[in-house]
Amino acid sequence: MDRRRWWFLGFGLLVALVIAGVLSGLASGDPDGLERVSINQGLDEAAADHALADSPLADYAVEGVEDGRLSTGLAGVIGVLVTLAVAGAFFYGIRLFGRERRAKDAP
Amino acid sequence: MHIPDGFINLSTSAGFGAAAAGGVWYSIRRAARVLDDRRVPLAGLVAAFVFAAQMINFPVAAGTSGHLIGGVLAAVLVGPWLGSLVLTVVLVVQGIFFADGGLSALGLNVFNMAIAATLGGYLIYRGLVALLPKRRPTTAAAAGVAGGLSVLLAAFSFVLEYALGGEGGAALGTVAAAMGGVHALIGIGEGLITALVVGTVLATRPDLVEAAPKAEVMAHG
Repeated sequence: MDRRRWWFLGFGLLVALVIAGVLSGLASGDPDGLERVSINQGLDEAAADHALADSPLADYAVEGVEDGRLSTGLAGVIGVLVTLAVAGAFFYGIRLFGRERRAKDAP
Repeated sequence: MHIPDGFINLSTSAGFGAAAAGGVWYSIRRAARVLDDRRVPLAGLVAAFVFAAQMINFPVAAGTSGHLIGGVLAAVLVGPWLGSLVLTVVLVVQGIFFADGGLSALGLNVFNMAIAATLGGYLIYRGLVALLPKRRPTTAAAAGVAGGLSVLLAAFSFVLEYALGGEGGAALGTVAAAMGGVHALIGIGEGLITALVVGTVLATRPDLVEAAPKAEVMAHG
């Protein structure tokens, strides 16, 4: 992998961290499309609480951090890094799986 | 766009969960053929970016917001099969760590966003690209239009699930009209963001856009 490519990936990660860490504080807090329809049509009465509603990052807020924007931004940064790690591990596993299959298929 | 627990009955959720699992498994098989050391970090970055972008709710009407799905964006950047897996990873992380999208509804959400919006939207993108001149602005516009329509695909996928196993008492036609109306607006935002990001990457690193028309990569690479 060439150096320019790593620069691009690093810059992309920085952009993602800024979006999740800083811009997330400016995001609208209003219900999204599905939530709005659910509220208007009474579908939300059927909704159950999330099984992990007590998790320390539930609803994009870090438990114990009082300041709303800081809490959301921190949760966003953690989320970006967790997503990167989970996706990286998953895709690396698929790459190994693909290489094994190709080796097996080769005559 | 993330369905919570309890909205759709368990048998319908299980059925769509099985369909989603089939789609994810097929995507893994197809992605395994093309995934190499070059693409692994890029696909990881696209997942992180989609997670970040989904946090940004933009206002679409009084008291209502929308956020990016990012399925077409991911599919254009890393190809449709890795794209559907990118969305799947994001939805799993959101459901497990952030209590966003019910765990029993994970299959529904993966079906709507990682399969219907991502793969369906990608098909629309490919159709548009085949019809349009192979240039940077038209490619970005095709991604934007497909991205916008992909939101409607996800919305009507939810309507189908509601029709088959909705627990709420609202009439199907009312839910369909309400979902279609608000998601047409959200689709405009999705389309603009998708076109902007695809256009930016095409302008800076066209070789990183997996699904760019080949003429374009040749012209700029």
